Amino acid sequence: MTVEYVPGQPQSQPQTTIAGHGDRPLLTVTDLSVTFTRRGRAPVHAVDDVSFQIRAGEHVGLVGESGSGKSVTSLAIMGLLPRGGVEVAGSVDFDGQELIGLDTATMRNLRGQELAMVFQDPMTSLNPVITVGRQITEVLKRHRDLDKADARTEAVDLLTKVGIPDPARRVGDYPHQLSGGMRQRVLIAIALACQPRLLIADEPTTALDVTIQAQILELLRELVSGSQTALLMITHDLGVVAGLCDRVHVMYSGRIVESAERRQLFARPRHPYTGGLMASIPRLDQPRGVPLTPIPGSPTDTLPWSQGCAFAPRCPNSEVDCRMHTPALEPADNRALRCFHPLTTDPRSVGATHA
Amino acid sequence: MLRFAVRRIGLMVPTLIGLSLLLFFWVRILPGDPARSLLGQRATPEGIERLNELYGFDQPIWKQYVTYVSALARGDFGQSIDLHEPVLDAFIDKLPTTIEVTFVALLLAVAVGIPLGYYAGRHQGGWLDTAIVSTSLLGVVTPVFFLAILLKYVFADQLGLLPTQGRQDARIDVDHPTNFYVLDGLITGEYAAAWDALQHLILPGLALGTIPLAIVVRITRASVSDVVHEDYVRTAEAKGLYAGTINRRHILRNALLPVVTTIGLQLGLLLSGAVLTETVFALDGIGNYLYDAITVRDYPVLQGFILFIALMYSIINLLVDLSYGLIDPRVRVS
Ligand SMILES: Nc1ncnc2c1ncn2[C@@H]1O[C@H](COP(=O)(O)OP(=O)(O)OP(=O)(O)O)[C@@H](O)[C@H]1O
Ligand code: SF4
Ligand SMILES: [Mg+2]
Repeated sequence: MTVEYVPGQPQSQPQTTIAGHGDRPLLTVTDLSVTFTRRGRAPVHAVDDVSFQIRAGEHVGLVGESGSGKSVTSLAIMGLLPRGGVEVAGSVDFDGQELIGLDTATMRNLRGQELAMVFQDPMTSLNPVITVGRQITEVLKRHRDLDKADARTEAVDLLTKVGIPDPARRVGDYPHQLSGGMRQRVLIAIALACQPRLLIADEPTTALDVTIQAQILELLRELVSGSQTALLMITHDLGVVAGLCDRVHVMYSGRIVESAERRQLFARPRHPYTGGLMASIPRLDQPRGVPLTPIPGSPTDTLPWSQGCAFAPRCPNSEVDCRMHTPALEPADNRALRCFHPLTTDPRSVGATHA
Repeated sequence: MLRFAVRRIGLMVPTLIGLSLLLFFWVRILPGDPARSLLGQRATPEGIERLNELYGFDQPIWKQYVTYVSALARGDFGQSIDLHEPVLDAFIDKLPTTIEVTFVALLLAVAVGIPLGYYAGRHQGGWLDTAIVSTSLLGVVTPVFFLAILLKYVFADQLGLLPTQGRQDARIDVDHPTNFYVLDGLITGEYAAAWDALQHLILPGLALGTIPLAIVVRITRASVSDVVHEDYVRTAEAKGLYAGTINRRHILRNALLPVVTTIGLQLGLLLSGAVLTETVFALDGIGNYLYDAITVRDYPVLQGFILFIALMYSIINLLVDLSYGLIDPRVRVS
C-alpha cells in the first residue's frame, strides 16, 4: 500500500512542526470522502480521499471541471451537506477542532463567524423577500451581538467596503433591485461580516458577465489579501487561480490529481489534466484567432478510480497500465502528482507559433 | 407599498362597473315585462306598477342604468319582493352570522393548516407526513353538506357534546350590540353567553373549514418542500443562523406566498359552502337567506346579494393582493 503524500506544505520549506505554533495549518482536510447513497441507485463517490491544508491568510485554489467534487468538498467542510443519503468519512480539522460529526449547535456558531462561504449564483442566493440590509445585519446580530443601530451602521460600512455606491440607501433595497454583480458584492459583504478565518468562494464569478467577473475577483483579492482570512477559491478556471492563489489543487472525478505551489504549477504543469486545463485558458500573449485547445471528451467519460486512472479515456498520454492500475498521489518535482506518465513538454506551446 | 395599494384599489373600479352592468341587464333580458318577471307568480297589477315606478322600467335603458347605479351608490340595493324589506337591511342583519362561521372556518384552516403543512413539508416521507397527506386528501374530497350532517349526527345528536343548531342557547337572553354573538358576550361581560355562542360555532366552522384546511395543508407542504432547497436557504445556513430564524424568516416567509393566494381563493368558496352549512345547522345567516330567496325566486334579493358577494369577494381579493405585496416586495413594482 502506498503512503499517500499529503499536499499543502510547500516543499521548499522544511516541515518543522513544533506543536501548536504559527505555522500550524488553520484547516487540515485528511482523507475526506463523501458518498451519496440513494436507494435503488449506485453510490456516487463525489469526493474520494481528498487531503489538503490551508494556513492562516493563505489562498488556496481548488480547480476542476464540472462534477469533479469541488462543491461537495466545500459543503462537507461547512457541514452543509444534506442530512440524509450521504456518507462522510475522513477528517476536517479546523484550528484543532474536528468538524466532521461536530454537533449542530457548535457548527452553527462557527458558520458565518469563523467559516464563511460565497456561492456561485448571486441571483438565487439572497432571500427575495428581505432587504439586503437585513440579510447583512442578521449575521452581525447573530455572531457579533450588535444591537440594531450598530448593526445597521456596520452593514452600511460593509456595503461601502464591497464597493456598492450609495450604501445608506441600498441597505433598504430588496435583492431584485440589484444587478447580479451587486448581489454578489452583498453576498461577499455577508460572508466577510464577521471577519471569518476561512472564506470559501465556490465559483463566485461563474454566473456573472465577463466584465463583472474581473471586478468581483479583484474585490475578493483586495479584501482577503493582507488580512488573516484564509481563502479557498473554487473554480473550473485556472486563470482565476493564477492571479490569486498561493497553492493549487487540481481535482478530477473526486480526487486530487495534482497539487503544487502556484508558480511551480504554472511554470510546469505535469498532470495531463492540468495541462489540458491550462491549454484552455485564453492567453493575452497569443494572437487572436489561435484556437484554444479544450480537453477532448466530457467529464462524464471517466473510469472508476478503482479500475485505473479516471482520466484515461480522455488522456493524450494514457497507456495500457493507466487502465489497469490506479495511480497514487505521490511527491514528485516540487508537487504531488497522481499520474504514471506525466507531461514532459508544456502543452501551451503546442501550436503556438507566434513571434 | 402605498402606491401599490392605491393602484390595486383603482383596479377594482372597472370590475365593479362591469359587474353592475351584468346584473343590470340580467333582470332586463328576462323575457317579457321585466317587472312581471321579477315578480313571477306574485305579479299583481299593483305590484307591477310599484316595481315600474321603483325601477323605472318604462324609462329609456341608459336612464334606467343611471337610476340603478345612483341607487346603489346611495346604498339602495332594492327591496325583497317576498319579505318587503330592503335587501341591504336583511344583508346587514344576516352578515354577522356568516362572518362568524367563516372566520372560525378560516382560523381553523390557517392556524392548523399552516403548521401541519409546514411540518409535513420539512419531514417528507415520514409516517406523520404520510398520515397528514392522506388525511388531507380525504378532507378535500368530502362534500361540505355530508360532513356537516355527519358532524352534527356524531357530536351533537349522538354524543351530545355540542349544540345542534342556532347561534345561542334559547335560555340565554343577552344584548347584542354588534350582532357578533361571541364578541357581544365579551363586550358586555356575559362570558357564559360568549362561550355558549362559541360552542355553537364549532361544528359549523369545522364543517365549513375542512376543505380549506386540507387545501392549505397541501399547498403549504408543497411550497415548503420547494423552498427548503432554494439557494438562499443554504446561504442562511452558511451564516450560522439559528434554525428557528431560518425556518421563520427564510423558509416560511417565502413558502407563504402561494398559501396566501390559496386562502384568498378559498374565501370565495367559503361563501358558497356557507349556504349548505347554515342550512344544516339552522343558522340565520346569508347562506340561509339566499337559499330561501332562490327557492322563491326573489330576484331583487338575488341581484343585491350577488352584488354584495361580488363586492366582498373583490375586497377579499384586494386584501390578499395587499398582503402579498407586504410579504413579497417584487409584487409591488410590477
Ligand atoms: N445531493 C447530491 N446527491 C447526489 N449526488 C450529488 C449531490 N450533490 C452532488 N452530487 C454529485 O457529486 C459529484 C460532484 O458534484 P459537485 O457539485 O461537487 O461538483 P463541482 O465540482 O462543484 O461541479 P460544478 O463545477 O458543476 O459546480 C457530481 O457527480 C454530482 O452529481
Ligand atoms: S495515469 Fe495515465 S491516464 Fe491517468 S493522467 Fe496519467 S497518463 Fe493519463
Ligand atoms: Mg460546484
